Amino acid sequence: MSVLAHDRRDGFTRAGISRMGAVCAALILLSTLMVADLVTGPAGLPLSEVLHGLREGPSGEDRRLATILWHLRMPQTLMAALVGAALGISGLMMQTILNNPLASPYTLGFSAAAGFGAASVILFGTALPVAMWIGVPIAAFAATLAAAGLVYLVARFRGASPELLVLAGIAVLFLFQSLQSLLQFMAAPEVLQQIVFWLFGSLLKATWTSVKVLSVILALALPLIAREVWNLTALRLGDGNAASLGLNVEALRRRVLVLVALLTAGAVCFTGTIGFVGLIAPHVGRALVGEDHRFGLPLAGIVGAVVLVAASVTGKLISPGAVIPVGIITAIAGIPMLFGVILMRGRT
Amino acid sequence: MNLILTDFSVHAGQRRLLHLPELALPATGLIGIIGPNGAGKSTLLHAMAGLVAHAGTKTLDDGWPAPARIGFLPQNFAVSAAISVAECVLLGRREQLGWRVTTRDRAEVARALEMLDLSHLAGIRMDCLSGGQQQRVLLAQRLLRHPRLLLLDEPTSALDMRHQLEVLTRLKSLSQGMLVIAALHDLTLAGRFADHLVLLEAGTLKVSAHPSKALAPGVLNPVYGIHSELLLDQSNHLVVVAHRAS
Repeated sequence: MSVLAHDRRDGFTRAGISRMGAVCAALILLSTLMVADLVTGPAGLPLSEVLHGLREGPSGEDRRLATILWHLRMPQTLMAALVGAALGISGLMMQTILNNPLASPYTLGFSAAAGFGAASVILFGTALPVAMWIGVPIAAFAATLAAAGLVYLVARFRGASPELLVLAGIAVLFLFQSLQSLLQFMAAPEVLQQIVFWLFGSLLKATWTSVKVLSVILALALPLIAREVWNLTALRLGDGNAASLGLNVEALRRRVLVLVALLTAGAVCFTGTIGFVGLIAPHVGRALVGEDHRFGLPLAGIVGAVVLVAASVTGKLISPGAVIPVGIITAIAGIPMLFGVILMRGRT
Repeated sequence: MNLILTDFSVHAGQRRLLHLPELALPATGLIGIIGPNGAGKSTLLHAMAGLVAHAGTKTLDDGWPAPARIGFLPQNFAVSAAISVAECVLLGRREQLGWRVTTRDRAEVARALEMLDLSHLAGIRMDCLSGGQQQRVLLAQRLLRHPRLLLLDEPTSALDMRHQLEVLTRLKSLSQGMLVIAALHDLTLAGRFADHLVLLEAGTLKVSAHPSKALAPGVLNPVYGIHSELLLDQSNHLVVVAHRAS
């Protein structure tokens, strides 16, 4: 971790500046990738045309260009960045409150719950009075919050120790996984295909509505998260030390659990379960800026967005005709990144 | 005003871990809590720090200091976080910190590090330090809170001899302006630095007295189950020599 200053006398200034550098570099990379994502796609628009279309706005004169750029590609690109950011931030918070580098937003069964919610509407949705495209995200969102609620109840009444949270989470995970399997077993082949496709996690489901909803959720959650940055950093000193600094560690865990549930539900309900981003982004963030959550949380969010947008570009490049669901790409592409981080750590 | 515990007890389920009908301590000074393993030293410190529930009353200065004015250093302190020493100390001001670290924050951290002779470690990561260094950093972190009451659970357990002496000398001078209560295992150090000793046995108060009385073989031997001797060194400091287990 050579990025952290060792020579500066008061141990602050240079460390602060180099971390800002890491955050800025990640932001530049993200912007570049987002433009690249807008340029790639089945319609094959060159960069100059895309830049022209961006300047013209959604109501530009070239209707074909405006439609492709502003109605098809832009929501997907923005959604990739927002989902990646939400999963990256919740991943780091989850790893911190569970004191476990293996944790991710999905550790406590949240993704299984989302999958169950979505599958139940896909299966029984025809009987519901709402359209499928509204019903599925709402059900996925609600199921995720229900899973979080179960874990929260355990934490509320039996104490929010990391071990207990993980145990309760695993129980919830198995519960919803079984329910989801049951639905898949009951489903007709063509419905089953729809369920499986949802579970892959794909940006094709992104619309301006989903972008707006997730933006609102992020806008609500981020100020609350910002209030906890020092508390989360203090928690890294261990429960005993954090508590002796006057921090109620169990209450902190419960508050953060709610925030993670909200962000994760918002992220997965429109796109399906996109794995790995929430596991890998916190590790990359920590390796670059250490465990000061003032920098770690923003960076985990940006890295999460970078990973997902990069996966989106890759998916479009390797299979221009039929876009490969981004959830599949992130899992495959995430492995080398994780190994890279592990090896990088081994050296320092 | 003095620190007074009245009818002070701590229970774990049905089991009583600690019961002190009455304990009065001076308002400032360095107080040593001694006693064999399981005597209730940590329990007493945790209860005073407000981290475990207790029955009975505790008073100091016509009330009890706010949590922010109590500095408590637990026994299990090991830190595995990748944050610098300066940042770790900074967390002592957790409640006052904003998104930006201010000049005042930095000055306070520098002062606390200076006080415990840690300035040269400011930029080093916590997880690269030895146990003894971490212990001193965490002590500096507590001092950043300007405590009225400093509760230390074996603050010298991981320190080498030189740093034990340095830290206790520092605590001794700090204790002129605050009350420092430390659980201590090394009876010779306790005798040398503490103004007053509290000897616990099986959750009850055995003796609360000046070190020369609390460390007398007649008091110590039955509690610890040893044969000991209390000597004076060349500068008239108390030395406890344990000859054998009884």
